[in-house]
Amino acid sequence: MTARLRFRKLVSAVMLSLTGVCAFVAVSVLFFILGYLAFHGGRSLNWDFFTKLPTPVGEAGGGMANAIVGSAKLLLLASLVGVPIGFFGGIYLAEFGRRGAGFVVRYAADLLNGVPSIVIGIFAYALLVLPLKHFSTMAGAFALGVMMIPITLRSTEEFLRSVPRSLREGAMALGASKWRTIVTVIVPAAYRGILTAILLALARVAGETAPLLFTAFNNRFWSPGWRQPTASLPVMIFTYAVAPYDDWHRQAWAAGLVLLGLVLVVNIIARLVLARGISVPRA
Amino acid sequence: MKRIAGLLLVAACVCGIAHAQSGLLINGAGATFPNPIYTKWFDEYHKAHGNIEINYASVGSGAGIKQVTDGTVDFGASDGPMNDEQMKAYQDKYGFGIQHFPTVLGAVVPTYNLPGVNTSLNFTPEALAGIFLGKITKWNDPAIAGANTGVNLPAADIVVVHRAEGSGTTYVWTDYLSKISDEWKTRVGKGGSVNWPAGIGAKGNEGVTGVVKEQPNSIGYVELIYAVQNKIFYGAVKNSAGVFVKADLAGVSAAAAGAAKNMPQDYRVSITDAPGKSAYPIASFTWLLIPKKIQDAGKRDALKGFLKWMLTDGQNYAETLSYAKLPKEVVAKEMNTIETIH
Amino acid sequence: MATTSTTVPGAGPRASSRSFLSRLRDGDEIARLLTFLFAATVVLITATLVYQLWVDSVLPRHKFGWKFLVTEVWDPVFDQFGALPFIFGTVVTSAVALLIAVPLGIGAAIFLAELAPRRVSDALTFFIDLLAAVPSVIYGLLGVFILVPLMREVIQPFLRATLGFLPIFSGPGYGVSFLTAGIVLAVMVIPFIISVSREVLMSVPRDVREAALALGATRWESTWKVVVPFARPGIFGSIFLALARALGETMAVTMVIGNTPKIAASLFAPGYSIAAVIANEFTEATGDLYLQSLVELGLVLFLLTFILNGLARLLILLTERRGSGAYA
Repeated sequence: MTARLRFRKLVSAVMLSLTGVCAFVAVSVLFFILGYLAFHGGRSLNWDFFTKLPTPVGEAGGGMANAIVGSAKLLLLASLVGVPIGFFGGIYLAEFGRRGAGFVVRYAADLLNGVPSIVIGIFAYALLVLPLKHFSTMAGAFALGVMMIPITLRSTEEFLRSVPRSLREGAMALGASKWRTIVTVIVPAAYRGILTAILLALARVAGETAPLLFTAFNNRFWSPGWRQPTASLPVMIFTYAVAPYDDWHRQAWAAGLVLLGLVLVVNIIARLVLARGISVPRA
Repeated sequence: MKRIAGLLLVAACVCGIAHAQSGLLINGAGATFPNPIYTKWFDEYHKAHGNIEINYASVGSGAGIKQVTDGTVDFGASDGPMNDEQMKAYQDKYGFGIQHFPTVLGAVVPTYNLPGVNTSLNFTPEALAGIFLGKITKWNDPAIAGANTGVNLPAADIVVVHRAEGSGTTYVWTDYLSKISDEWKTRVGKGGSVNWPAGIGAKGNEGVTGVVKEQPNSIGYVELIYAVQNKIFYGAVKNSAGVFVKADLAGVSAAAAGAAKNMPQDYRVSITDAPGKSAYPIASFTWLLIPKKIQDAGKRDALKGFLKWMLTDGQNYAETLSYAKLPKEVVAKEMNTIETIH
Repeated sequence: MATTSTTVPGAGPRASSRSFLSRLRDGDEIARLLTFLFAATVVLITATLVYQLWVDSVLPRHKFGWKFLVTEVWDPVFDQFGALPFIFGTVVTSAVALLIAVPLGIGAAIFLAELAPRRVSDALTFFIDLLAAVPSVIYGLLGVFILVPLMREVIQPFLRATLGFLPIFSGPGYGVSFLTAGIVLAVMVIPFIISVSREVLMSVPRDVREAALALGATRWESTWKVVVPFARPGIFGSIFLALARALGETMAVTMVIGNTPKIAASLFAPGYSIAAVIANEFTEATGDLYLQSLVELGLVLFLLTFILNGLARLLILLTERRGSGAYA
């Protein structure tokens, strides 16, 4: 019996240490990615990268200033599409639409959340690129915005619902109408969580490449306004990585480091600073 | 949320300022093979004419044809001419046609990696068709050995490498194989992407180059410059006059010479398997696809201006980048055609 | 507040008791309508998307019908299109990814939920959540420059030498392959498995664990035989979520799979996936049938992920029910 117990204890110890190994491997992958990108990207990163336009094929030098600005413009417009729809839709779900209509909206949002990003690209191409006869910042931003909607919507709903009932009841007991209660009490109480969720949604779409391939397309120059094709960091990384030029590979690493840096910083800010004490749902 | 919106707004303003001074932006898309010279041209032209920016995306010849037909870009580019069906579709859609403008010439070469063989091999058309049809599977097959007496070919299996995505290079290669092999013509046909009877796919000229470089006993096809730049072996091909010719700019020009004299009005001409003793048989023009009617006067003038520059000063950049210049007759003819764009 | 006890839980005070007019005057009706419009937009967008995919893939559906799903030929020259090689590639790479990611992910989740001190667990989970945020094109970048050469020169020769008698580890290796794509996907989905599984494991009531330990089970036995089965539906849910993500992943796969529409027994062979073929060929598909066949592939992918997502949600819901049921 004791031998058997010893054996069971041994199994327990071995298996439990194995789980530790698993966790270690998973976390070390992150550090490997960070380290490798920092090493390769850091060597290639210089001031030109942020200020210059790309050079013609095969020529060394140049930067990705237009892609950085392009990504910023895409994200700005994407949040103009995704955030209002998600935010107000979320209010509707949490405060008004509990049955029938609410179920349909929730179902649609879940469906949208599961759509592979490349399919969203096809959608934006058919809806905006073909009729307008232009690859454009607008079309790319629309695709990214659509991807933001379900994430913003469901998190807004969740955070509004998690506002304590007592707050709501207190306001209403003071004679406030429902929408006043929402605007003055409930939304302010949940705003940190919602903001965190929006930031995370932004960070997620910032790295999306597939929906941009045939909507925002690419541009070697500055993209004026919103109706012209534009460069963006993820598409540039893809284009440069598969090309046969060493200097382009070098810049792809640099762009990868910049993109990853941005995404991680936003994530860290959102999770550590804004969401202290709030558990952040995964999109 | 306000703070972030504010930040993004500032970013948008900054970029608004950044291209406040930029002028006319013309968008084009298409073939990857001439991408090095096209971006060079557009860059040089932009330096000379600061207000004109021509943005070229090298997304593949098929994409060039499709996007210009959809009207999402101002011009397309392709290594294989549009076929009659595509020309008609364009005409029907817009009420006017599309004009091909040859820009430079290039060659596609059979490239291989055979450990122990350090000489340039000779390939007969029959051998190439047989290999890519999957019928010739050993390197010491008589069809290959017959043209390479004195070379000790191994009895190894041939690994065929081809392009994975639609490409002009593939168009030229399959156009050639269709001309010299009836079986290829009926079984596989010519096109930017085909249903390959044998082999593995790699993406882009660089992908094929990479696989051939790493994979012993392999054979693939790439644009000449990729074989030269990457220092991998490429073989000579027997032309229609029965001479084995190794690809170089002179051989490409020779292949174009015949076509240059009888250039059709629409410039859609195939120069694979061209006549002439020194002609390299797997060569091709590459084209810009320009709508015959451009509504926007500014874009029209800018494109016409660029075409003229490309045919004169621009041609001087060709040879340093391993492209063959256009024959003089073709340049003269194109100069007249430019004026028909309205 | 005796009255509220009769309301639906979480619904707050009922507004319906007040007249429509008074609600309109207070602005409640306007607010409801306004927010409803935004919510309806979500439904509209989703419906348009599905409609668009359906309408734009009418040609191949008429021409090939169900055969589209089981045809192996993808021939743009002769206008023959079949989805089978892409479906095969998508399924195989996702399966490889899960084979690697599930044991690793669940192991790590057990460690984080059961063993690690709360602080360590939270910190590690934070890093793992960051891993989930790394853009896929960056995984592709690392895949192309690190994993592909590594596969070609080290891993594939090694596997061929040791396990080469198995058909799945035979044949020539080029670096790009089903296996390479599967490994990249595995790295990408592990964070999802870990963080969802950790959460469902932590939601297992304390007394379940303590009861097992009190009965003399070792720590591992209480975890593996009691806690994990309790959380099983939720863990399955996390696996389905990971699978859905792996199926739809585009960029990282395109960069390492080799882009060859062939069905092969060997994992060393290059292949293709649905998302990758759309990304590669969508802009250059000339001809309506070719283009619409790609859209139909998009539709197939959409339906696949949709079904899996549904299953995942159902399973996660089931676990939550069980978790809270145990308390009641």
